[in-house]
Parts: sequence; C-alpha cells; structure tokens
Amino acid sequence: MTTPAALGRDDVAHVAALARLALTDEELDRFTGQLARVIEHARDVAALDVADVVPTAHALPIRNVLRPDEPEPCLDRDTVLAQAPEVEDGRFKVPRIVGEAP
Amino acid sequence: MSAAAAAGAAAPSAAAIAAAVRSGERTAGGVLDASLAAIAAGDGEVHAFLHVASDAARADAEAVDAAVTAGRDPGPLAGVPVALKDNLCTRGVPTTCASKILDGWVPPYDATVVERLRAAGAVVVGKTNMDEFAMGSSTENSAVGPTRHPKDRTRVPGGSSGGSAAAVAAGFVPVGLGSDTGGSVRQPAALCGTVGLKPTYGVVSRYGLVAFASSLDQIGPMTTTVADAALVLEVIAGHDRRDSTSLAEPPPPAGRSLDRGVEGLRIGLCRELVDGTAPDVAARVREAVEALAAAGATVEEVSVPEMRYGLSAYYLIAPAEASSNLARYDGVRYGLRVDAPDVASMNTATRTAGFGPEVKRRIMLGTYALSAGYYDAYYGKAQRVRTLMIEAFARAYATVDVLVGATAPTTAFPLGERVDDPMAMYMSDVCTIPSNLAGHPAISVPFGSGADGLPVGVQVLAPALGEERMFQVAAAVERAAAERRGTAGAGEAGA
Amino acid sequence: MSGEWETVVGLEVHCELRTRTKLFCACPNVFGEEPNTNVCPVCLGLPGSLPVLNEEAVELAMRIGAALHAEVRPSSFYRKNYFYPDMPKDYQISQYDEPINVGGHLDLPDGSRVGIVRAHLEEDTGKTAHLGETGRIHAADYSLVDYNRSGVPLVEIVSEPDIRSAAQARAYAAELRAVLVATGASDGKMEEGSMRVDANVSVRRAGAELGTRCEIKNLNSLRSLARAVEHEAARQVALLEAGGVVVQETRHWDEQAGRTISMRSKEEAFDYRYFPEPDLVPLAPDEAWRQRAAAAVGRLPAERRRGLAGLVGEPTPAQVDQVQAVVDLGLDELVVAAVSAGAPATLALARAANELAADLEAALALDPGSFAALVVLEARGELTATQSKAVLAELVAAGGGDPVSIAAARGFESLSDEFLRDVVGQLIEANPGEWGRFCEGEDKLAGFFTGQVMKATGGKADGKAVAAELRRRRN
Ligand SMILES: [Mg+2]
Ligand SMILES: [Zn+2]
Repeated sequence: MTTPAALGRDDVAHVAALARLALTDEELDRFTGQLARVIEHARDVAALDVADVVPTAHALPIRNVLRPDEPEPCLDRDTVLAQAPEVEDGRFKVPRIVGEAP
Repeated sequence: MSAAAAAGAAAPSAAAIAAAVRSGERTAGGVLDASLAAIAAGDGEVHAFLHVASDAARADAEAVDAAVTAGRDPGPLAGVPVALKDNLCTRGVPTTCASKILDGWVPPYDATVVERLRAAGAVVVGKTNMDEFAMGSSTENSAVGPTRHPKDRTRVPGGSSGGSAAAVAAGFVPVGLGSDTGGSVRQPAALCGTVGLKPTYGVVSRYGLVAFASSLDQIGPMTTTVADAALVLEVIAGHDRRDSTSLAEPPPPAGRSLDRGVEGLRIGLCRELVDGTAPDVAARVREAVEALAAAGATVEEVSVPEMRYGLSAYYLIAPAEASSNLARYDGVRYGLRVDAPDVASMNTATRTAGFGPEVKRRIMLGTYALSAGYYDAYYGKAQRVRTLMIEAFARAYATVDVLVGATAPTTAFPLGERVDDPMAMYMSDVCTIPSNLAGHPAISVPFGSGADGLPVGVQVLAPALGEERMFQVAAAVERAAAERRGTAGAGEAGA
Repeated sequence: MSGEWETVVGLEVHCELRTRTKLFCACPNVFGEEPNTNVCPVCLGLPGSLPVLNEEAVELAMRIGAALHAEVRPSSFYRKNYFYPDMPKDYQISQYDEPINVGGHLDLPDGSRVGIVRAHLEEDTGKTAHLGETGRIHAADYSLVDYNRSGVPLVEIVSEPDIRSAAQARAYAAELRAVLVATGASDGKMEEGSMRVDANVSVRRAGAELGTRCEIKNLNSLRSLARAVEHEAARQVALLEAGGVVVQETRHWDEQAGRTISMRSKEEAFDYRYFPEPDLVPLAPDEAWRQRAAAAVGRLPAERRRGLAGLVGEPTPAQVDQVQAVVDLGLDELVVAAVSAGAPATLALARAANELAADLEAALALDPGSFAALVVLEARGELTATQSKAVLAELVAAGGGDPVSIAAARGFESLSDEFLRDVVGQLIEANPGEWGRFCEGEDKLAGFFTGQVMKATGGKADGKAVAAELRRRRN
C-alpha cells in the first residue's frame, strides 16, 4: 500500500466541518502546520507492511459480556432537565433542524 | 506555609492514616481538617484543585467517625483524604474535565471508583486540575489555568493528571486518583516525585470516567508509597457489571508481595525506555537496575523494537476514539450552549467556543485518521501495530519477569516550553504509551533526582495481570531509593 | 427499441425488539410514556457512561436470523458517527462489517423469494417533535427532543434488490412483519413505529444494469410503502423518458400530496467514520445458544399457510387468499382444531377468513369445538349462511357455546324443502312480470326473488336452495 499524501489545508477544513468546529483562517494555517507534523511522524506506521497482522481493537480477549433483560430505576426527569441549556414541555429544546437524519 | 514547604513535609501515608483512624487514635474529621488546611495554605500557588468539596467531604468523614464509634468496620481507607481528577463523575459535585464545554455540569451519578472509595472509608476532598479532557502532558491545557509543580513553581507538574499528582506531592492529600491513557498517571507522578500506577486494562472500572480514548483509558492511584498504591488498587479493582471491558477477576492482592524482595527475579532493562531519555534520567534508571541486581535479581538488557512505533500508533488511535467520544458535547443536553439560528450552527458555535486548541487538534486529527480514504492507512494500521506491540512484549516476557525503564524522558520542564509545539509535548509520553497500547500494568516509582534537583521516576512494566510481580519490584526500587537518600527504611512501605 | 421499464426495490426494515429493557441500559423499553422519564446516564449519553449489551436482544436477533434462514455469525459493534440532536452520543452503536445475521431469504405467499443481505443489531434514536406552524421539519421554528426511545433495540433487515413492484414490496413487508411477530421479536405495530421501512427504488429497462436509486425514508404503513414505491418509480420513468437523469439521494414520502420530495437541503458530506466500538467486546454466541434461539422461533407464516392449505386439498385462488388472511389473523390454529373436530375445511376456512376479523381478540379465544359444531350445522343445511353468521357472532361474543341452542333461541329452525317450494311458487304467482323477464334470461332478477323469499321467511331460507329452486322452475 502506498502511503497517503501529506495533510493539507483542505483536509483540515474538511475534518473541522465534519467535527463541527469553525476555524479562522489563521487557525486553519496554524492547525494545518501542527497536524501535518503529527501525520508526518505517523508515516512510519502508515508505511509499514502489516497486511497479515490482525488488528487489535481490544487489548484483552474478552467476549460475550451480556446483561440480563431486567429493568432498573431511571433518572429523575427534573434532575436530567436541570442540566439542559433549554427545556420546554419536559423535553430538550433545540433550534431549528435543517435537514433530516441521514 | 508555602507550597514548597508543604511539599517538603513528610505527610503520613494512607496506610498510616487508615490505621490511626481505625484504632481511634485520630478521627476522620481531624484528618480532613488537616488536609483542608494544607490545601487552603498551599493551593493558591499550586492550583491543584478545581473544586474543593468541603461539605461532601465533611459528610464522608462524619460517616467514617460514626462507624468507628459504633464499632463497625470503617474500611481499609478509613478517613483517608482522596483527590479525584476532574474527569471522574461525582454525584452533586461539578465535573468539568477542566473544559469550558462542561462548565457547570453536575453529574447525577458517581463513578464506580468513587463508590468503592467511599465504601472503603475514603473521604473525597475535591476535584483536581487536568489537561482539558485528559489531553496533554503538562496540565497547561486546562481551561482554568495550569497547575504548578509543587517543588518549582516555574515548572509543569506533568499531565494530564497534574492536579492529582501535585496534590499528593504537595502533601495536601495522601492519595490522588488520575486516569492514564498514554501515561497521564505515571508521567506526572514521575515529574512530581510520587508513585503512579496504571493497572492492567479492565482491572478498574471505567464507569463514570469521562472517556478520552476508551480502549486505552484506565484509572490509577497516585500515592506517596508503593504500598499505598497497592492498597488503593485493592479497593478500586474488581469486576463492574456496568463496564463491558471490566475483567471478571481482579489481579491477586499485591500487598503481601511487597516485602518479598527480588531475589531470583529476572529484570529486563528495556533499551527503548532508556535510549533517548535525558542523561540524568538514564543514569537514575541504570542505578535503580543496579540496585535490583544488588538485591539478588538477574538483570539483562532487553530490546522491544516495536516500541518505536508506539507514539505514532497512539497519536492515531487515541485521537480517533476521542473524536467520537467528544462528539456528544454539542450543546443539546448539558454543559455549554452558544446560541445560533439552527441546530448545526449551534453545535459548531458551542464546540468552537467550548473546546481549547489541544482538544480541537486531537478531534481533527482523529477525524482525519478515521475518515474515508484514510482509515486503512492510519487507524487500521495503528490497530495492527498494536498487535505487533503485544506480540513484542510477549517475546520479552518470555525471558524476563518485568521490564524497567524511565517513566518520562526528562524531569519537569518549564511552563510554556512546549505549548506551541504539540509534537515536542507528545514526546513526553513516549515511555509510557506502550503499556497503554498493550493493556499492561506499569508503575512509576520516584528514584532520586535529575541535574536540576527535580524528581526522576523509574518505571516498572509487567504483563497483563502481572501486578503482583510489578509491585514486588516497585517496592524494591522504592527501598533502593530510600537507601540512596540515606534515610532509614522506605517511608511507610511494608509497615 | 428498449424493453419495458422495470422497477427494482430493496427494502431496509427497522424492527424494534420486544425486550423489557433497552439495548445497552436497563431503562424500560416501553412506548408512550411521559417524555424523558425512561432515561439514564447511558441512553442520555452522559459523560462517563458505558453501554452493556442486553442478552435478550441478542436472543431475539438470532431468532430473526433463524426465521430468515440467515447464518448467525460472531459479530461486533461499531460506531457510526454523525451529528443529530436525537442521538445523544452523536454516534450510533450499530453492527457494520460483522453483523450477527448474514444472508438468508424470505418466501412470499405468491411463491416469490426475496434475498436477505443481513439483519443486524443497532440502537434506536430519540424522538424529535418539530414546533412551528406546520409541525413539519422544514418549516419548524424549533424542535423538542424526547430520549425515551433512545437506545431501544433494533434489528435492521436489509433485503437484496430482488423486489420488482410496489405490490411485491408491500407483500414482502407484510410477510416480514408476520415473521417478526411469529419469532416473538416484534409486536408488529407499525402505527407505533415498531417497524419502519426505508425503500431503495430504481428503474431500468428490462435486462439492463441497475439504475441509480433513491432512498425513501420512514414509510410507516404498508399502504404508504406501496404508494411511495409506485410514485417514485413513475417519477423516475418520467424523468428518464424526458431525457433527464436520476440523482442518488434521500427522498421523503409526503402522504397527503402523494409524492416523494427531495430532502437535500444543503450540501453536507456524510462520512460516518465507522470504527470498532471500544466500549463493547465482540459477541460470539456458542452453538448451544444459537440452537436454543432457533428452536424458540414459533411456526412461521409460510409453514402455517402450507398446513392450512393442505386441509382443503387443491385451494382455489379465493381459498389461497383466505388461507393468507386466516394466517395473518392468527386464526389458523382455530381452523385446524375445528377441522380435526369434524368441521368441513372449506367452510371453516371461509367463515374464519370472512367473519372473524371484526373482533379478533375474542375470535382468538373462541372454543374450537363450538366453532366446529356451528360449521357442521351450516354444512348440513340446518342453518342458512345468514343464520350461521349470526350464531357465530354470538359464539364469539361468549367465547363459545352450543350453536344448536343459540339457533333455537333465535328461532332459526330450518325450513323444509316442501315449504320453500311453496313460498317460491306463491311469489312467482304474485310477480308474473318479473318471473317472465327472469325466464327470458334476465338473471339478476334471481336476486329480487331471493330477497322476496328472505322477507317472507324472516331470513330463514337458504340462499343457495332458493337459487336452485328458481333454476329448476325456469328450466
Ligand atoms: Mg440502520
Ligand atoms: Zn437508559
């Protein structure tokens, strides 16, 4: 596998949008420089031929952790809603949603 | 009393306090008073605490004293003041992760470790400063300002659990809890001159630990003695049905192995954990290993070459998981909201205002590592490197019982030195990251000081669930450090 | 010259599982509670909370797999990352590369087979209400979110694009619903959102490669599904015939307007950044558990239809419909029991298919012996069809009883053939004009005479016997 291209300004703008972060032009430049250096360092890993190696998502081999289907008490609604920025009618209030869920 | 003076005071160990409270020699309330007084006197300069929960602590202490009076067992940590890193959820007490985005958030539940500490008689004194969402190695990435090194206020205490490390090193509390994702307990412990433990992944429940990188995060104690670290681990370890990654069985209790000595043990001096560290740090590590040899251990030099990929793999995996874990801070259900006309703009305005630059860097880095077209090259590769790391450790542990090396490449560095150079900051974790990637236990033990007079930590690494062996060696390192100082005995260890 | 247009449909069905608790937390899984009362740190996505997998959800997912002839495999969970306010963690925990059920098929009553790609476990989102003048999302001023549904277990069943018409899409969804109910995994209540359908629709000239597809989201009734597929296919055909191209997109079904509407509001790239969920461990049910789950699957609709059809030998097309109706209603066991108690299968089937849907709950509790006795009475001609239906209604209301005494109490004594012949004769004499036209071939006047006979006998005459007598006299 060839290693991907170096990280650039457009990549940073793209991931910032995906992550719902707004960057000024100055921040975009600064973050691009910093992140490019980290990604440059990571090229040692990106360049490795490890196709035959199984990926490790969990360091320890645990399997089948399950919970019995038994209800337990819920949180008190007032406690939950007290933490919310805005509430109406027992629900969390949010500004207009543009576009439906994907 | 200045912070430096507080740091010099020989504070009693957790074991000593618990023994005194259990016997009625001291009250939990009295111990708490002393702790609160030390904090009041010294924390203005150190800034270890974000929140001192005096009322809740008072209630904890009264419960312990009532149990003693009534003849009930107050638990193995009776009356021991504990400081919690502010990413551990505490019911009714603010938990902010030193982030603006969680400013004012009060969890409706306690982390499992908090429940277990209280059940063992511990007194939760307050919440400590940290790098925002545990992202950092100096505690300078806190939204509320840095914590300062208790012994030199121009220096960092390390991080991200710098507040807990400083609180213990300054003598405010005998026990701090931190979280260790890439070294965030061990590195500040080394820099501040305390003991710092990262248990085997899955030994301590993560329920109630605000996630940074879920597959790496593990809660661990910071203490003044190795024996205290073992004592606290025994209290907080064990299966938790609320954490799917929690192991069914805790490691065997370590307390009894502390006095056993190291005769006959095979110690590997890990080349990758010495090469590239500062000369004074490397010198202390070699001296510690020589002391172990003198105590009867067999010492050989071992190389785990795959460790050199650890930093890269870590800075792909941890940010990737973090980018997902931190998505929930969106201004809808709790914490900060910055108003905007539609929900997506509100999410963006909130996150842009609420997160500091290091958190943004890691979120973007992780988003990039997971995004279409890059997953295989970055995240996927990093997960495979993790496998190589585990295999390499297994080869090393076929010939030695434990590995020994430096905890951090340098002693505590000056405030501000690395804040604008993320890569230089990330290098602080190079010696601690491999244990996180492998899920193995490791402990940092203070051993002498560097050329600047600041503490050096020696790290003892063991295979998964090898805590008992690890403690056995750590206790020997601690005894050697005490002998080196020319004092009699190793503090309270083994008492 | 190109061939005819062909519609190609693949369906994604989200089925809420009938567990007591949610997928990853112990909050009750119930519909219709006060907003935000069935929530905890886990399903609210509070910092520090962690998911733990519900054993029963896995069991039900495996039953669904067994019912769809899928292979149950070791599986794992992934995070699907995207921001949406009804999703508390801003990622959905779902199975991605390694779903629990792979492959399989569903056979429809008409004999066609639709392939299954996968049936995987995932968590549901909360519910959003859009407040504003119209209550619709685009015109809303703001929205309110209730997380009671957040974390409810779902199995998403993805079909192959094997469906070729709106009617077949509807039949697939109906059959799948019946299968899901039979496994015990679902209550099948589409009106409560227990089963939600997304349709991927494309069109092509027969034999050509697959066309560009559009996805129609959240079709909440079988009728909406059929209409939406019909209209979307027609829209695409019209577009292509006018020289246009179909753009791959998600479209919304507007039930009132009877058309699909593009939902693209602004250009937003979706990149879900799937990665293994680090808070959960892999799932690998052992052979014993898989077998237990398969064994717990009830008799499936196809098998029940075969059993019922077998009772009538070679079913006519009308009887095929009756068989399906009876199985859909869950009345097949009643019919089978009545037949083994001596009732003629054809009549028992017809009465169950046509007379028992009104009060299904009571019908399901009906004593099969009473039902059998009634059908026998009718078959023997001791009750007319009209009388039989009246008695049946009474039996259903009472849960059973003796049809003979009910008929007697209502005065439903059967008429002798001789008496019927007399009545018919008198009516012919009284209506000579109508009789003349009937004899000249105006068949619909049979209905006139039958009505007159019924009036004269108080509804006690047998319609069939009247028709036979009229034919006999005309010839
Ligand atoms: Mg889905
Ligand atoms: Zn819940």
